[in-house]
Amino acid sequence: MANTKDRIAVGEAVGIVAAQSIGEPGTQMTMRTFHYAGVAEQVPTGLPRLIELVDARKEPKKPFMDIYLESSAANDEKKAKKVAAALECVLLEQIASVNEDFEGKSIKIQADANELGLLSVDINDVRAKVKELISPGTVECRENTITAKPKVNTLRALRRFTNKIKQLQVKGVEGVRRSIVIKDKNEFFIRTAGSNILGVKDIEGIDFKRVYTNDVKEVERVFGIEAARNALVHELDQVLTSQRLFVDIRHIMLLADAMTMDGAITSIGRHGLAGQKAGVLARAAYEETIKHLVNAATKAEEDMLIGVTENIIVGQTVPIGTGLVKLRMKL
Amino acid sequence: MIVTKMIDKIKFSLFSPEMVRKMSVVKITVPDTYNDDSYPIDGGLVDPRMGVIDPGLKDKTSGGKAGTSPGHFGHIELVRPVIHPEFSKMMLHVLQNTSPFSKQLLWNEEQVEKIRKDALENPDMEVKIKLKRPTHCPHTGEKLPEIKLLKPTTFYKNKEIMLPTEIREWLAGVSDEDIKLLGIDPEYSRPEWAVLTCLLVPPVSVRPSITLETGDRSEDDLTHKLVDIMRINQRLEANINAGAPQLIIEDLWELLQYHITTYFNNETANIPPARHRSGRPLKTLAARLKGKEGRFRYNLSGKRVNFSARTVVSPDPLISIDEVGVPLEIAEEMTVPMYVSSWNMDYCKKFISSDVYPRAEYVIRPDSRRVRVSELTRQEVLDTLAVGSIVERQLIDGDTVLFNRQPSLHRISIMCHSVKVLPGKTLRLNPIVCAPYNADFDGDEMNLHVIQSEEAKVEAEMLMKVHGQIISPRHGHAIIKPQEDYVTGGFFITRSEAIFGKDEACQILASAGITRLPAPDKKDNWSGRILFSMLLPKELNCTIKSKFRRKMPDGSEHPDNEIIIKNGIMLSGGLDDKAADEVLERIIHLKGTEAGREFLDRAGKMELHAITMIGFSVSLANYSLDATNSKHIDKLQDTMRREIESVITQYKNKTLERLPGRTLKETLEDKIMDITSKTRNAGGNVVEKAMGTDNTSIIMARIGARGSILNAIQMAAMVGQQAIRNKRPNRGYSGRVLPHYKRGDKGADAKGFVFNSFRKGLSATEFFQHSMGGRESLVNTAIRTARSGYMQRRLINALQDMIVMPDYSVRDSSLSFVQFVYGGDKVDPMMANSKKHTS
Repeated sequence: MANTKDRIAVGEAVGIVAAQSIGEPGTQMTMRTFHYAGVAEQVPTGLPRLIELVDARKEPKKPFMDIYLESSAANDEKKAKKVAAALECVLLEQIASVNEDFEGKSIKIQADANELGLLSVDINDVRAKVKELISPGTVECRENTITAKPKVNTLRALRRFTNKIKQLQVKGVEGVRRSIVIKDKNEFFIRTAGSNILGVKDIEGIDFKRVYTNDVKEVERVFGIEAARNALVHELDQVLTSQRLFVDIRHIMLLADAMTMDGAITSIGRHGLAGQKAGVLARAAYEETIKHLVNAATKAEEDMLIGVTENIIVGQTVPIGTGLVKLRMKL
Repeated sequence: MIVTKMIDKIKFSLFSPEMVRKMSVVKITVPDTYNDDSYPIDGGLVDPRMGVIDPGLKDKTSGGKAGTSPGHFGHIELVRPVIHPEFSKMMLHVLQNTSPFSKQLLWNEEQVEKIRKDALENPDMEVKIKLKRPTHCPHTGEKLPEIKLLKPTTFYKNKEIMLPTEIREWLAGVSDEDIKLLGIDPEYSRPEWAVLTCLLVPPVSVRPSITLETGDRSEDDLTHKLVDIMRINQRLEANINAGAPQLIIEDLWELLQYHITTYFNNETANIPPARHRSGRPLKTLAARLKGKEGRFRYNLSGKRVNFSARTVVSPDPLISIDEVGVPLEIAEEMTVPMYVSSWNMDYCKKFISSDVYPRAEYVIRPDSRRVRVSELTRQEVLDTLAVGSIVERQLIDGDTVLFNRQPSLHRISIMCHSVKVLPGKTLRLNPIVCAPYNADFDGDEMNLHVIQSEEAKVEAEMLMKVHGQIISPRHGHAIIKPQEDYVTGGFFITRSEAIFGKDEACQILASAGITRLPAPDKKDNWSGRILFSMLLPKELNCTIKSKFRRKMPDGSEHPDNEIIIKNGIMLSGGLDDKAADEVLERIIHLKGTEAGREFLDRAGKMELHAITMIGFSVSLANYSLDATNSKHIDKLQDTMRREIESVITQYKNKTLERLPGRTLKETLEDKIMDITSKTRNAGGNVVEKAMGTDNTSIIMARIGARGSILNAIQMAAMVGQQAIRNKRPNRGYSGRVLPHYKRGDKGADAKGFVFNSFRKGLSATEFFQHSMGGRESLVNTAIRTARSGYMQRRLINALQDMIVMPDYSVRDSSLSFVQFVYGGDKVDPMMANSKKHTS
């Protein structure tokens, strides 16, 4: 804990200071996207990523995971590559040609033997999956050709099944578009394009405790709000430090705490924190002026003048810092 | 300041027609403004009972003159009711949830009870009725009509247009109880009040007319709109009285609705905006409030002020960092109030009796009468000056002012300085305080605000004085610090080579205001370090690694590579920018901010004096390479060409190995980009080696004074690869960037590699490629400022009410917890590094 000299002053407008401390370096940030070696995706950093975090988007533009291996395999590149290959999501259409036979009302799946071997996919597994998909239809399998006969009457329904079969996931983890092995300082780890924490939970050989994702909303879904808050702090800090901009962690924590204070990740803009403030005048002065005034009138709302903006508008002392102190005198 | 009255709260509501009539001082009956003698018409839209704006006329209600009375409201009696367009959604809500037959809610007892419970549990929540609308009225059993709203104001009942009269009757029939359950407060906002029967007319001062040079009057947009409303209203009345057919009446009624809709909001969707004769859309009520230039953001959240000055800024390294040089012309124009007491009576009289600067401009007598001090009144003012008067005197040295440069991105964009009146026409500031303002002197202007009360002065001095802001709250490190030439100066004083004779040593010390000469430490001479140490406090002890690492001729570490300060004496070292910052931060944490200011003032002057004395500059020679090194660079570029050629051949032969997750084409580009950046880095090594550690441009780059090694490379060796969106340029003509290249040429030249250095000069094609890269970065900067500005506005709006409470928790304005303990440790980020520096 802080000794008296270093202690924050009571009444200090820490919110404004935090907002300024995070916002001011924004002008100095690059708009560049960062190119992670190998992952064929430009992961946004700098200002676009900062805006993405603050907006609390449902999913980041480019979600990714860093998956570390169990300590026994940490230095085994071969093993790492094997695990990485197991993660990549393969759709049936990537390894097979899927064609309808409209006359026979059936779908012919011609798997590429080469690809099958390369990805070590068992055609019988595929058959089982197809069968499950089209049940109560029937499935026939001859060598690398599967003929599926779903119970359909119309060609349109048949086409629907074809599309479903094409998108059938035959291998890997859903959502993981690509995975590559990267050598860290002292161990190998896997970086994936696309994020799915629960999907990799039971993959053998990985150290699940160290799985990292840049998808804050996913962290919230899987681990809860406290974890999401920490993820948010970490991600915000990463964005700023990667640009060599130094912002005290306390400002970042305050922002993350504000965004998670009501138990769900709330964005900063007009649909989030700034738009649900207590005062009518504060909301009207921010954005959507008319909407807020009309709603306030129908509900006969009262503005208790407790915020900064409201008091500036009516020309009173702002209840922050020295403005918080009151002295009553008999005149 | 003594506050005797405070606004407790503000309630928003709808006006009932009765309320409007009660408030109104005049019923508008004439759709016109002035008569032929340009005198306001009684019962017209600028009736003097609503207030006046012309000087000489009197407000007929309160008797006030123009400028003193805010004016009074009037009203227009509408012949037929009209829907308020902004509230049509609220009306729809009521119409859809009540029965037109029984005027009761469409829900049975049980459902109503549930809604009531929901509303009680979440009083702040919008009442949302999730139940399905029944097909028949539960009270009368009749079939319910389908109610639809065609925005903005047309209601349909089973595809039949509903007239406002019908709507008003329906809404008026719904009981207060039911209205409450629909989330509307019936006491203050009955829904039928949103169907206007009586229109409130704002006072004249809200819509002042302007007199043009020709003497013609030009009315405000609102007045124009009100005239339109009045005209249609009267025509409608005449037609009704004449018994015109229903069709004509309804047409006029609709026209009246249009005018009222646009009167409230001329940007209503699906409605053509009402236009001025010139074709310009009128600016009506909603537009006046909305957006950046609207009432809220332009006039209420930000206000224009008096006692302020603005002009160009220029540097003055001789004034203190907490001073600001104010031109005499400005000092003469601006005033500071002095409260006369028995103790400063004589002091005040001195200003009053003077007729040259600094003199008193006005005296405000205890009866708050303001008297201008002039030749004529001077003697009388002097004789009658009493305790309790306020003397407004001109600005003098030592007065407290606030100094600001826009954009005010953080709190240190406004700081408190003390005035120093100087000749000239610019505001002067010490270049050391440029950083927090982000100011330079290429024509920047800054604002100055003179503080007008003792309370404000104390507050500004305690919270906003420059020396209190040396450490930034953003990261706890110094933000007000010597930069550029100061850093170079600091390095040249403190490095081992700096040895001065007696007269030089005396000059350097005197420049910093030190009059005591320490004992010589280099035989009869003084090392620069011993001179610099005179500025350091005795308690200072630290060891810092220097950024500028040198080797001795024998290959061992140069002693200056480590900066050692023991008991305030600097033993070794060459201060670079980071080391100088740390010294400054340590001094502040040891001895306080006032000591920090003094150190900055003195060290700054000493560093500038030293660098002026020693002499420091860069020339073309700094950036020229000798023949061997030039050849080396050429060789590097040849190798690069060959390497690129070989990857391209591999690509064309399809023997290039594809990188995981990339296409073949992308792989090729990746590889080439790798080669080009490798080449430039190799060129960098050549340049660094060739220039050595004595080259001034290298020294500047290494100690962090200005520029980087990359700048030196680009000037001396080669400019390197130009990139657009992180890729080599590829657009322009089909298959090539410029017609100078072959189609499909993927070589370095054709794709934006600049072989020449800035010193040698770029070829025409290189120049073109380089300017493409330059354009991109200009565009990016423009976009970035806009985007980050909006982000910061949102951040501030979201976090502005959060403060530290007496229990060190952080709460927002509704007192909800944001953090239980600020930062988890109660530490002020400004002091985040103090522990490290003082232990």
